[in-house]
This record gives sequence, structure tokens and C-alpha cells, in this order.
Amino acid sequence: MHDLRGHRAYADGAFRWAAAGAAALVLLILGLIFITITSRSLPVFHQMGLSFFTTSRWSPADALFGALAFIWGTAFTALIALAIAVPISLGMALFMTQVAPPVIKKPLVYLTDLLAGVPSVVFGLWGVLVLSQHFGLGRSFLTAGIILAIMIVPIITSLSREVIETTPPGDKEGALALGATRWEMIGAAVLPHSAGGLVGAVMLGLGRAMGETIAAALVIGSALGQLTLSPLAPGNSMPAVIANEWGEADALHKSALIALAVTLFVITIIVNLAATAIVQRSMRKGQGS
Amino acid sequence: MTKTTIWASALAVLAFASTPAAFAAGATLNGSGSTLSKPYQETAIEEFKKANKGVTLNYGGGGSGKGRQDLADMVVDFAGSDSPYKEADLAKIKGGDVLYFPILLGPITVSYNVDGVSKLQLSAETIAKIFQRDIKKWNDKAIAADNPGAKLPDLDIVVAHRADGSGTTQNFTEYLNGAAKGVWKLKSGSTVEWPADTQAGQGNGGVAQIVKSTKGAIGYVDLSDAKASGLKYAAVKNQAGKFVEPTTSAASAAGDGIEVKSNLLFSALNAKGDKAYPITCQTWVIVYAKQTDKAKGEALKAYLKFLVKDGQKLLGEIDYAPLPASLQDKAVKQLEKIQVP
Repeated sequence: MHDLRGHRAYADGAFRWAAAGAAALVLLILGLIFITITSRSLPVFHQMGLSFFTTSRWSPADALFGALAFIWGTAFTALIALAIAVPISLGMALFMTQVAPPVIKKPLVYLTDLLAGVPSVVFGLWGVLVLSQHFGLGRSFLTAGIILAIMIVPIITSLSREVIETTPPGDKEGALALGATRWEMIGAAVLPHSAGGLVGAVMLGLGRAMGETIAAALVIGSALGQLTLSPLAPGNSMPAVIANEWGEADALHKSALIALAVTLFVITIIVNLAATAIVQRSMRKGQGS
Repeated sequence: MTKTTIWASALAVLAFASTPAAFAAGATLNGSGSTLSKPYQETAIEEFKKANKGVTLNYGGGGSGKGRQDLADMVVDFAGSDSPYKEADLAKIKGGDVLYFPILLGPITVSYNVDGVSKLQLSAETIAKIFQRDIKKWNDKAIAADNPGAKLPDLDIVVAHRADGSGTTQNFTEYLNGAAKGVWKLKSGSTVEWPADTQAGQGNGGVAQIVKSTKGAIGYVDLSDAKASGLKYAAVKNQAGKFVEPTTSAASAAGDGIEVKSNLLFSALNAKGDKAYPITCQTWVIVYAKQTDKAKGEALKAYLKFLVKDGQKLLGEIDYAPLPASLQDKAVKQLEKIQVP
């Protein structure tokens, strides 16, 4: 008996160390990536200073690198994508969980998950051939936004669906018992319960939309210095610039592209931290009521 | 099971021993770089392998800049590049001195899509004004002046250029920088500051696609992609004042008028000669002078010799121009500088 327990304790310890090691490895890799890319981006900050973030003239020939228009382009396309994807995703998630009979629900869930598995370059090529040429949208912020929306719908939908499904049946039945219609029940029981999780799902979609590279590079238009609110104008985003210009870039130009990567990295971390904070706050509020 | 494997490997060894190839079996050469010369590399590799079965050759493309970087980092055995290393990058080359072997000349067309205009002539100044958006209509005075008697429509010009950094952009803008001095303002580089009201496509194929599908479009596309997409292209005014169409023979004529340095570097842009097409670019294969592996070094020398001499006859079929004979001989002679252990 004693032997057995000793053995078990040993296994427990080994497991704890292995798990902790794996967790530490993630942090280590993240840290190393951050250190490497930051150090390699220093030459451009040395040259440009903070004007890297505040100007939008990007001219490798003049050794001028201002990223403002690309930062704007990243935000603008991601916002267009969210504006399109959020209502669709929430609608789909609510339909699957509250309205559809199981016969329809199952294939629908399967299809949305399938959509999430389509490689982004396929969406990009479809965007070039169908959206920009066949429908005459050209290459623009809007075209990129639509493609990004299609790409993030599956993620937001499937996360939202899982969050909504955690609504206690008692809450829903209570609302219905009080004479609420299905619509009122969703408004009174389902949405308040899942608000935090839904925001988290949307934020994760936002993170993916901002980081998407190939599809954006293909349809965004690659125009420089576009600080515009017009969705039909061609523009550029940070990952698209990196993908397009990396191959032929020389020393300082490469450093500027790496600086774009650092900027994107930091913004993504901020978005994710904000998402976590919002989710946690709403959960605490949920427990309070 | 084990016995059969042994027999199989024994047979394989016998098979290798009986091939006529002069090289040790298993010499693998990897290259990357210039996409302009990729069709030639692929055709040449296929032909070269027929006679040299023991050698495995791969050419990955990826762009001239990637090729130069890969060679500098010693991840490939040779790089294809449309331009030489820059001074600033020389210090980063890990494997010592490099040698440049020119392998082909290629015309860059100025392709356009205007109904009813089947012949178009353009001078460097006009091309510069079109691509930097000083001229926005096809019936502009400057275009009319290059095309006496032609009927030009009142149509908006749509400029198409590369979205990705590219050796083609580098050569095209370098040409305008030199030939349209004082007019061209966007400088030269693998990417330049194109005005925002222009369109961008990925690769030569992407630009060709925009030109093909957009009325009034104009873009710079290499000859083989322009032909593959069935585009119309302009005759461009050369140094001698003649309008010359982009053809492989006009690119070869450009090769006759160039000044080649002792390290075989040159620029075929804006070359002298009545028949020379002025926007002609070139590709080099770059290798290390000091090879560290005997089998690889020998195979590399043989492949280079094929590229600069025997393989040159393959170029015409894929719409590139061979090097002038004198340059081929210089390149063959430079092979002696490759040191194999």
C-alpha cells in the first residue's frame, strides 16, 4: 500500500513538472519571439522615431517609413468585417440554439465548422475573382472587409453557440412560464447570461481579422498613404504590407516591416487582454445578480 | 522482408553505378530567387537532368531578394537574381566571394487595353508621365505626339503595377529613372510610392490580369506573361530614337549594345543600338566562388555551363532572349574561377 502511494506521488510530481514545463515553454517562445522581432525592428525606430506611428509616407527609396495608414487600414478593414460578421454570427448562433430543430441544427453546425477550415488563400482568390472582378467591387477596404467577415463568421458563430448553450434551462423556462415570447425570452434570459462570452467571441474574431494576411494582401489594393473613411478606396493593412514587400526588401526596409509585425503583435495582445477583462467583468456582474 | 530490402538497395546501387552520369549519385542542388527567370530554370533543369541523371536540381523562385538572402545565409547552392547584391548587404554574405553568371535577357512590356488601338508608340517621358498619373486620358497631347495619325479615344487611363516587391518593378523604375530623367519622380526600387489612384496586382500574372480585364488599363508585364494573357504592348522609343517592339530579338539586340564589367555585371536597360528594346532586364545566377563539397561543386559547374551555353537555345520558345555569343563565352570562361575541393 505504502509503496503504491509513493509511486503515485512520484507520477503526480512528474506530471506537475511536465505540465508546468509545457506552460513555461509557451511563455518562453512568446517572449523570445517578442525579443527577437523587437530587436530587429530597432533600426527603423532609430531612423524614424515615433513618426513611424504618426506619419503615413512609406517610401523605401527615400528610407521613409510611416505606418499610420497601414495601422488605420488594419483597423478599418477589421471594423468593416465586424460590422458585417457580428449580426450574421449572432443570428446564426441564436437560430442554431433556440430556433432550429435538431435535424437542421446538426448539418448547420457541421457546415460552419467546415467553413472555418477553409484556407485563407482560397477566400482571397475567391475575393479577387468574384467580388472584385465579377461584382466590380475592385480591390478596396470594403472587399477586404467582406472577405475577412466571411472568414471570422465561423469562429464567432461557434464560440457564441457554445456560450449561449450554457444558459441554464431554468432561466429560459422561467421566462417562458412568465408568458414571454421566444424573442423576449432571448432578450431577458439568454443574452444577459451570455453577454460576456459573446464579447469574448467577437474580440477573438477581431484578433483574427486584424492578423489575416494572404486574403487581405490579395484584395485590399496595396495603395499607400490611404487615411480615408471611404470603404471603396484601395488601401493597405499591416500584415498585407509585410506579405507583399518582405521578399524584395533590403536591410532598413526589412526592419520597417518587422516593426509593423511588432505593432500588430502589441495591438493583438491589447485586444486579447481587453477581451479577457470584459469577459471577467461581465461574469462577476452575472454572479452578483 | 529484410532480405528483400537488402536486395533492393543492392540493385539500386548497381543501377546508379551503371548510369553514364559523371557525378556521384545524390548530388542535390537547391536554388531560389528571381521569378522572371523561373520558366528558364524549370526548362533547363528538365533538359539538364536528361543527360545527368545523378543530379537532383530544385529551383524555388520566391523573388530576387529572397534568392540573394538565401544564398547569403547559405541555405541554397545558387541564387537567381535580376540585380546584384547592394553594397550594404555584402557584409552579410556568409560563404565568401560570389560570382555572377548572366543567364538571360528579358523584355518588360508596357501592355495596354484600349479598344481600336492596335499599335501604340511610347517614349520614356510619356511612360513616366502615365505611370505617375500626370497624364490621365488616352487622348492626351503627349501620347498623341508619340503616335502621329493614330486615333486615340477619350478614355481614362488605369495604371496597373505590382503589389508585391519585385525585380520587375526595380528594373522598370530604374529604366524610367535613367531614360526619363527630370520627368520621373517616383525614384526606383522593388516597391515605389505609386499614387493611390492606381491598381495593384500580385506578380506579373496579377498585373496582366488587371490589364486584360480593365478598359483603358496600362501596366508593365514581362513578355512571356503578356503573351500568355494575350495582351497588346507598346513599341518603346530607344536611345537611338527608334520605336521598337518588345521581342526576343530586340532584347538580344539590347544585349549587343551593353558594356559588361569584368565581374560580368551590366545593365541591359536603355541599351545602345537601333534595334535594341530599351526596357530589357537580365538575370544572373549567383554562386560562391569557393565550393565546399566536391560532388556538389562539380554538378553546379556543369549546370551553370548548361545555363550559359547549351541551354541558351531553349530561351526563344519561352519568350526570353539568349545572351550575345561574346557574353556566353565570357561566362563559360568565368566557370574556371569556381574552386572545387
